[in-house]
Amino acid sequence: MSQATDTDVREDGIIESVSGPVVTARDLDARMNDVVYVGSEGLMGEVIEIEGNITTIQVYEETSGVSPGEPVEGTGSPLSVDLGPGMLDAIYDGVQRPLDVLEEKMGSAFLDRGVDAPGIDLEKTWEFTPEVEEGDEVEAGDIVGTVPETPSIDHKVMVPPDSEGGEVVAIESGNFNVEETVVELDSGEEIQMHQEWPVRQQRPTVEKETPTEPLISGQRVLDGLFPIAKGGTAAIPGPFGSGKTVTQHQLAKWADADIVVYVGCGERGNEMTEVIEDFPELEDPTTGNALMDRTCLIANTSNMPVAARESCVYTGITIAEYFRDMGYDVALMADSTSRWAEAMREISSRLEEMPGEEGYPAYLSARLSEFYERAGYFENINGTEGSVSVIGAVSPPGGDFSEPVTQNTLRIVKTFWALDADLAERRHFPSINWNESYSLYRDQLDPWFEDNVRADWPETRQWAIDTLDEEAELQEIVQLVGKDALPEDQQLTLEIARYLREAWLQQNAFHDVDTFCEPEKTYRIMDAAKTYNDAAFEALDAGVPVEEITDIDAAPRLNRIGVQEDYNEYIDDLEDDIESQLRELY
Amino acid sequence: MKEYQTITEISGPLVFVETDEPVGYDDIVEIELSDGETRRGQVLESASDYVAIQVFEGTEGIDRDASVRFLGETMKMPVTEDLLGRVMDGTGQPIDGGPEIVPDERRDIVGEAINPFSREYPEEFIQTGVSAIDGMNTLVRGQKLPIFSASGLPHNDLALQIARQATVPEEEEAGDDDEGSEFAVIFGAMGITAEEANEFMDDFERTGALERSVVFMNLADDPAVERTITPRLALTTAEYLAFEKDYHVLVILTDMTNYCEALREIGAAREEVPGRRGYPGYMYTDLAQLYERAGRIEGREGSVTQLPILTMPGDDDTHPIPDLTGYITEGQIYIDRDLNSQGIQPPINVLPSLSRLMDDGIGEGLTRADHADVKDQIFAAYAEGEDLRDLVNIVGREALSELDNKYLDFADRFEEEFVDQGTDTARSIDETLELGWDLLSMLPKDALNRIDEDLIEEHYREDETAEAVEA
Ligand SMILES: Nc1ncnc2c1ncn2[C@@H]1O[C@H](COP(=O)(O)OP(=O)(O)OP(=O)(O)O)[C@@H](O)[C@H]1O
Ligand SMILES: [Mg+2]
Repeated sequence: MSQATDTDVREDGIIESVSGPVVTARDLDARMNDVVYVGSEGLMGEVIEIEGNITTIQVYEETSGVSPGEPVEGTGSPLSVDLGPGMLDAIYDGVQRPLDVLEEKMGSAFLDRGVDAPGIDLEKTWEFTPEVEEGDEVEAGDIVGTVPETPSIDHKVMVPPDSEGGEVVAIESGNFNVEETVVELDSGEEIQMHQEWPVRQQRPTVEKETPTEPLISGQRVLDGLFPIAKGGTAAIPGPFGSGKTVTQHQLAKWADADIVVYVGCGERGNEMTEVIEDFPELEDPTTGNALMDRTCLIANTSNMPVAARESCVYTGITIAEYFRDMGYDVALMADSTSRWAEAMREISSRLEEMPGEEGYPAYLSARLSEFYERAGYFENINGTEGSVSVIGAVSPPGGDFSEPVTQNTLRIVKTFWALDADLAERRHFPSINWNESYSLYRDQLDPWFEDNVRADWPETRQWAIDTLDEEAELQEIVQLVGKDALPEDQQLTLEIARYLREAWLQQNAFHDVDTFCEPEKTYRIMDAAKTYNDAAFEALDAGVPVEEITDIDAAPRLNRIGVQEDYNEYIDDLEDDIESQLRELY
Repeated sequence: MKEYQTITEISGPLVFVETDEPVGYDDIVEIELSDGETRRGQVLESASDYVAIQVFEGTEGIDRDASVRFLGETMKMPVTEDLLGRVMDGTGQPIDGGPEIVPDERRDIVGEAINPFSREYPEEFIQTGVSAIDGMNTLVRGQKLPIFSASGLPHNDLALQIARQATVPEEEEAGDDDEGSEFAVIFGAMGITAEEANEFMDDFERTGALERSVVFMNLADDPAVERTITPRLALTTAEYLAFEKDYHVLVILTDMTNYCEALREIGAAREEVPGRRGYPGYMYTDLAQLYERAGRIEGREGSVTQLPILTMPGDDDTHPIPDLTGYITEGQIYIDRDLNSQGIQPPINVLPSLSRLMDDGIGEGLTRADHADVKDQIFAAYAEGEDLRDLVNIVGREALSELDNKYLDFADRFEEEFVDQGTDTARSIDETLELGWDLLSMLPKDALNRIDEDLIEEHYREDETAEAVEA
């Protein structure tokens, strides 16, 4: 969390009451959303309500043992994040305290309290290369220099968005820490690599544009059927164990974003550990560098204080916006937004606010839309273009999508990946239900797939959708009378649809090759199924019995394409074999 | 220490006291009744002139003359290695008539969160000897894997079987005996009946497990509010043994449903806005603070593995107790009423069961190279067979294809041979996987599309299919 620098000294207060994460203080002179330090241990908190002389504070650390009468100290600044080089390859808690630094400072594997640390290392030096010269005019947001932050990412040092701008009168080049001045303007303003920004406030942009490029996920069912755009929003609701986290991890690994911000919001500790252990060893498919080089992790696990869980999504999206300002495509995953909503509910109920639906505060829907509105494809104030894509997991109680968090989220997001307990139970992964899910970006992204993959991408996909739809209808009949009672052509459709499900929709996240599937391969598997379909129906028309058609030994090989590295050759051979084996039948 | 005789209100498990000096949130309180009896409680809310106290042993018999002492500290658990072999009540007082416990340390029972950065990802296979778990939903050291059961089902037998049989294969080879027993069981009972408690105690005594166990007993007729601290005492002890004394600790907590009922009772007494079905809105957070106290820590030898047991009200897994649990734990094992009535022991339904840490805990060098594929294929085949059972009731076996009939046979044999092993049999992972191949070989080779072709060549039993066709 930001070490407040522009502290305007205000009066300290006295604790009046303590109830879990909510503390009230008397005689505290603070503004709404100011950061305060609570009690003799100086626990970090944020002002969330002011009523007369009583200020209500949500505390980001455990409050056991804290008692009325202890002091509360104001900082005069709102909850902010530290921005600058050093955020990639980092892991933070919900208020941007680096967890590795905390471990060191606390000397323990357990999270103690009352320890603060800046979000970026203030002492470390970085090699600054200027991008402007003395005499240049610069405005808010302009890039004045770059720093090689990680092997994958050049960090752009920008004039702060709230600066007046001016003429560059001095500029440095070489190694500096983030607090040293690298640029001086004629107004006397000094620019450092370190900036701060209040987390609850969106960073300014020029305008939001219509996204036209897909965020390629390397997951067939997503790219193929329900693509999300760069700058788009998606929700993944599903009951426990249905695959939300694995899908989010897959996106964090394989999505073709420049930067990934992964927010573990109120979920398991081990899932964050898994990322910390895996990502440094995995290769970014675009740059070939370690995945961690483009990743910023925020971990506020379920057992960490609930107020910090409320703030962690804001911390994440502010960091995402900062990289967007540099002109990068950023993808943010929040797992799970339900835990964030529950944190709001918990704080709200301690405040004895009037509850809305299912005890959630009446402002739940407003908070969710404010958050997702911070996603988008933007023209930045420095003229670059950048995007923030937001993918939020939703954990509906009892797996029932009619609950408030799912419903309010669906009203905002444009991509809906519905996870299905039945599919998960039969280990059809990713268990994304193809009948219920949708992407409202599909049409606007089609030109990209036509230009960059195959011109007939939309038609082939439509064939796949129709086949799966027909299967769903036929299955209802099969449930009543059995498959053999169907006419031969329908039996054949069922068989083709089965291959679409098994060879195309299913994808094993834990298989070295299958885990990532480029769009070309996604197309070719779908097209291979269609090749079988077309040749099979020809054979059927020529009078070949359906059992013989489905019995050809080439067909089951469709299910093995996913795991082939040299899939082109494999598919070429397979398509030849399918066609010749069917041809032999008549 | 200041004493107050200023109780203003007594309501359910709560007592409100006027105070004139500040009291710490969560601090421990002693209440002395007029007859000299002392009860303990905890501060739930602290304001400058009053506090709300939750009384562990219940408020029955407390009147406004009772005196209240604030101990100025949060609840602590005295921990020492000597706790092994001891039996305590639900508040941590020894009830076995043994010697006084001389603590090595007194630890806060709330426990601090493990820094996610300091965790080590659990991936060490625990062989429970139960095929439905080892083969299909593998448990690893440091995992939290609850048993989702319901009243009248043999979940306790399964928990005991696991506690008895659990080993880590490579340790077996190295012969862990010379290092002394480094495996410990912590048993935290919440609101279970005396018979159930006896079942556990008898088994511990019979197998000699008691000497490496620590038992905390809150029985059905013990105060409900006390149940909210029992698991915390158990887990504090577990963390101490695991991370200070290098034990691999298995924590069995039963029955989490009773724990949640106690939370609900307290919430209602505080007139909180209830969440789903009357349970507190913070139940997720509260449960997470228990379940997340499982795991491994970088640089420490020991581990805490949790096996919580819960009985699903109305066999309904969308009920908030199993639902929130499932959202926190790393999978779950379902005990199934139908399988139980068919006499299958343990009656584990593998389809909805899940171990999320399985993928990194199995495979070459850990279990066996074919493990993942075999598991995937069995799941697929069993699910297929299960589906067909509905259909066969309508159309009869004759209307089904030959392959479909094989799937039906597969599902039957899977339940009868793979799952049903009895509570006294321990199978090695090799035996489990070989059994898996015996069953899979009923199906034609090209139906095994989840298994690598080389593995099929290596393990497929060529004659099984022939046999099945003849039969
Ligand atoms: N694409 C996939 N490939 C293989 N296995 C998968 C895939 N997706 C999910 N799984 C399996 O499903 C399990 C549960 O998935 P996951 O942990 O993502 O569920 P979740 O929806 O996040 O649950 P919760 O809400 O409890 O966090 C995983 O541990 C894994 O075994
Ligand atoms: Mg998850």
